[in-house]
Formats: sequence, C-alpha cells, structure tokens
Amino acid sequence: MVQVNLNKPQLKETTDSNQNVNMNNIVYDTKQLNLWYGNHHALKNIDLAIKENEVTAIIGPSGCGKSTYIKTLNRMVELVPSVKTSGQIIYRDRNIFDSDYNVEELRTRVGMVFQKPNPFPKSIFDNIAYGPRIHGIKNKKTLDEIVEKSLRGAAIWDEVKDRLHENAYGLSGGQQQRICIARALAIEPDVILMDEPTSALDPISTLKVEELVQELKENYSIIIVTHNMQQAARISDKTAFFLNGEVIEFDQTDTIFSTPSDKRTEDYISGRFG
Amino acid sequence: MATSEQTEKLSIQQMIEEQRGKKAKKRIEKSIPIILFLIASISVLTTFGIVFTLIFETIEFFQRVPFLDFIFGKEWLPFSNKEPLFGILPLIAGTLKVTAIAVVVAVPFGLASAVYLSEYASDNTRRIIKPILEVLAGVPTIVYGFFALTFVTPLLQQFIPDLKIFNALSPGIVVGIMILPMIASLSEDAMTSVPNSIRDGALALGATKLEVAVKVVLPAALSGIMASIVLAVSRAIGETMIVSLAGGSTPRFDLDMTDSIQTMTAYIVQVSTGDAGFGTTIYYSIYAVGFTLFLFTLLMNWLAHAISKRFREEY
Ligand SMILES: Nc1ncnc2c1ncn2[C@@H]1O[C@H](COP(=O)(O)OP(=O)(O)OP(=O)(O)O)[C@@H](O)[C@H]1O
Ligand SMILES: [Mg+2]
Repeated sequence: MVQVNLNKPQLKETTDSNQNVNMNNIVYDTKQLNLWYGNHHALKNIDLAIKENEVTAIIGPSGCGKSTYIKTLNRMVELVPSVKTSGQIIYRDRNIFDSDYNVEELRTRVGMVFQKPNPFPKSIFDNIAYGPRIHGIKNKKTLDEIVEKSLRGAAIWDEVKDRLHENAYGLSGGQQQRICIARALAIEPDVILMDEPTSALDPISTLKVEELVQELKENYSIIIVTHNMQQAARISDKTAFFLNGEVIEFDQTDTIFSTPSDKRTEDYISGRFG
Repeated sequence: MATSEQTEKLSIQQMIEEQRGKKAKKRIEKSIPIILFLIASISVLTTFGIVFTLIFETIEFFQRVPFLDFIFGKEWLPFSNKEPLFGILPLIAGTLKVTAIAVVVAVPFGLASAVYLSEYASDNTRRIIKPILEVLAGVPTIVYGFFALTFVTPLLQQFIPDLKIFNALSPGIVVGIMILPMIASLSEDAMTSVPNSIRDGALALGATKLEVAVKVVLPAALSGIMASIVLAVSRAIGETMIVSLAGGSTPRFDLDMTDSIQTMTAYIVQVSTGDAGFGTTIYYSIYAVGFTLFLFTLLMNWLAHAISKRFREEY
C-alpha cells in the first residue's frame, strides 16, 4: 500500500543468497562472550546463535544479565564507562566488537524498545520521523508515508491518526510503548531488541504488544527479555534461560517449558526460585 | 511473637500520643505561619515602597517635561544651559547596543559550553569546570569594567583603529563575558535534567552524540535555555559598572558601535555621583530613567515566564 524505498527488501535478498555462507540464517552469533562492569563479571562465556525471523525470548531471575546481554547486542551497554568485554558477537558475518565497526550503523540496523516507554518530548509525528530524519530522509511526503506505515505496523495508527501533531506524552503508557515500537520500525531495522517491553503496561496493552510481536516476526528478528513466563511461552519460538550471567539452557520454547533438560531451568519455570 | 509486636506497636502509638499532647509544641506549630508571613510581608512591602517612590518621583518629572518629549525625543541633553532636552531614545539605544553585543557573544558561547558540559564532558571535567564558571559569575562587575577599559578596548583598537577609548563594543563584549557563565550554567542544568532514557532512545536509533544533543536534548531543554537567556539579558540591561567605566557618557541615537555612548544605568550613576541638586529636573530625571529601566526588566521577567509556560516540555 505505502511505497517506501528503504533497504529492507534488498537486505532480505542478500541474506537469502548468502544462505550457504550464513548457515540456517543466523542473525546473531554470540561466541564466548564475557562482560564485566568494573570487577563484576556480569556475563560469562555466553554462546548463543539467534535465528532470523524468529522470536527469541530471554528469561531468568532478576540480575542474571538479561538486559546486559541485549544491550550488548547493539553495544548500548558501552555507555556504562566501566564496561569491558571479551569474545565475539557476529552480526550478519561481522564481529560487532571490531575496532572499525560503526556503532551508529549497527544501531540503525538493530532497533531497541526499552522497558519504560521513552518517547521524545515531541509530537507523535516527530517521534516516528526522528530516525528517518537523522538518517537523511527529509522529503515530507516520504516521511508522511513512513509515519503512517510505522504507526500501522505498531497497531496504533487508528488511535493516533487524528492527533499526530500532539505531544507523545499525552498518550497512555501502553500507547507510548507502541509509539516507541513504531519509532523503531520507522527505520525498518533488521532486528528488534525488546527489554521487558510490557512490564509497565496493563494487561490489554500487553496483549496488543504481544500480538504485535507475533506479526512483526514475519519481517524482523526479535529478541525479547521478559519476566513473564506465560508471555515467553505464548510468543517466542526459542527461549534462553539465563542464570547468574550464564546461559543455562537454550532451546525451542516448547521444549524449555515442557521438558527442560536442566534441573535449574525446571525449577525456575515452575516458580521454585527467582 | 505476634502479641509482642502488637504491644510494641501500641506503646509507640502511645508515645506519639503523649508527644502530641504537649502544649508548647502546639503553640510553636501555630505561630510559625504567622512569623513566616510577617517576614515575607517585609520583603513584599519593601518592593512596593521602592516602586511607589519610583512612580511618585517619575510623576513629578513628567510635570516638568512632557511625556511625549521623553519617550520620543531623540536628544538627551540634560545639562544644557540654554534648553535641556530629555528624550530617552539615546539612552535606550545605548543600553540596547551593549545588550545586543553581549547577547551575540554570550549565547553561542554559553550554549556551546552547556552542550559540552552536559553531553560530552566527563564527570571529572564537569566537577572542575562548573565551579570555575560560578567563580566567573561572582567576579565584581567593577573588575569587569576595569578589564573592559584597560585591556579589551586597547586590544580591540589594534584591529579597529577608529575605535574610541569609550565605545559600545568593548563593554558589550565584556558584559557578554559576564553573563556567559549564567547562560552556560543554567542551560547546563536544563540539559542535564533531560532524562537519560530519552538520550538512549535516540542513540538506539543510530543517532550520533551530536544528533542527540542538537535534535533531542536541546529542544527538550528549550524552556530552561530560553529562561536562562532572558535572565541573562535582563542582567545585561541592568548592568551598570562596566558601561559606566568603558561606555562613556555621550548619549547618542544611532547604530555606531565604535563611539562613546551612554546607557540608562550609566546616566543614573553620572547624576547620582555628580552634584545635581535635590528637586531639580535632572534629579527627577533619574527616577524617570530608572522607571523605564524597571519596565524593561519587568518585560524580560514576563517574557521568561511566558516562554517557560509556552515551551514547557513534559517528560
Ligand atoms: N551500570 C551498571 N553498573 C554496574 N553493574 C551493573 C550495571 N548494570 C547492571 N549491573 C549488574 O549486572 C548484573 C546484571 O544486570 P542486568 O541489568 O543485566 O540484569 P537483568 O537480568 O536485566 O535483571 P532484571 O530482570 O532485574 O532487569 C546485575 O548484577 C547488576 O547489578
Ligand atoms: Mg533488566
């Protein structure tokens, strides 16, 4: 319906043709990742291969390193000055820790939705158009199309189409979170990282975001941190269980929730600790 | 265990009850608002007193000099023996020249420092630079005035040979330097209070640090920044010592920045420190000028208020 010339289709083609090189369409291949906050060893020897067009859930008790891990995937974690890392994260055939790797480019391809909705104190329109604008898209008509497409994509177009020029802070928390998702969609990323995107939302908004995640996986690879076991079971294809900075188990979500192979996973999902 | 907790709770409640019963405490509680009200009234009354004096003496002035001659007159020659002229425009021109130059100096540098401090500087750098800025803001203006006259003017004369010893440019620049820390410091406060989550949102979209600063933080902090500028401007308008020392005492209604000027404040100083007798027109004229000055700063205050209401960001 809306014709926007962005890089998504081309991107798909290249990855498809690279299928042999990039086995099983792995988007993110984490190899022996370690991360320290100062002396605190927060991530320990993480090995995790995340597939394209899937929803990967990350679960685990508070403080086990879930947020740290997904913030490492777009290198936002480096905003903490004391952070040190070792190991590799291969994103589409390149190690993101390479010294000449362009972080801005990485973050342009890998969107992020935060735990607390954090729209800019600007109009709804300007919130969505922010990403495209900083990447040089100025044409008014193109921006209009992007904004509509992204808001539709985030299932919030109908609620806000008549108030696009009002401040985004006038919206409810659930609406704000979907605005933030739309903002991430506006630059048509390859991967979307979500850190407990529904933890500040009511059940109905949560449901909407969950449905959205299901739809989005057609076109995007999604990595979602959640404290909500049912949510992980409902929406994800794969689940990784983190404990004290380690990946204890990573498997199909069905397997994790029906026949986990590790006792600690079983204890956690059955609510015996965490 | 439950019962012991119960009794403990009870006894604390009893102790609180006993405290509440004390009369002295009650009396203090009651008299505090009255005392505070009295103290607050003193400052309010003083302000009223000043404004009323200003108004009465100004009215007296306008009985001698026609109002229209005052506000539209292009010549300010109060000391003329033949026919003194009291047209305030030259004094306003002097004040506005200095203020304009000061703003041109202080706003870009002040904002650049604020952006640097809030977005780029490490905590350590900030911890060193902020107090220095505050010291700079605390330098007595007489020192700045001296600095303008004996350092900046000769320096500028190297580049602008036509520059007179008294001029608008040099005090303008120095007033700019004087208000710069105020803009930098207050704008920095406004920018640091923009929550980090908003910066993260922009960074996560692939924005560079500069894009975050210019396109997210600056607009979000706009009302605080504007308020800081307006406050700084009203200080520039009211600035006295620098312009008295380095601006000269030749009121002129033009756009010349290189020649001697006189500002409203400098005129008041000239008359107050001179020997104009009580009850003369010149004596009353300083009240009229003072009142005009007061209107200017009132306008700036109102502007600051309106701006922060208009641009109030919600985050
Ligand atoms: N900025 C930081 N500085 C130092 N230590 C940190 C920092 N952020 C997190 N940590 C530590 O790293 C560990 C992992 O934190 P992280 O935020 O990744 O946990 P989490 O799994 O997301 O927890 P939650 O479910 O509560 O969000 C914790 O022990 C935490 O204290
Ligand atoms: Mg977390």
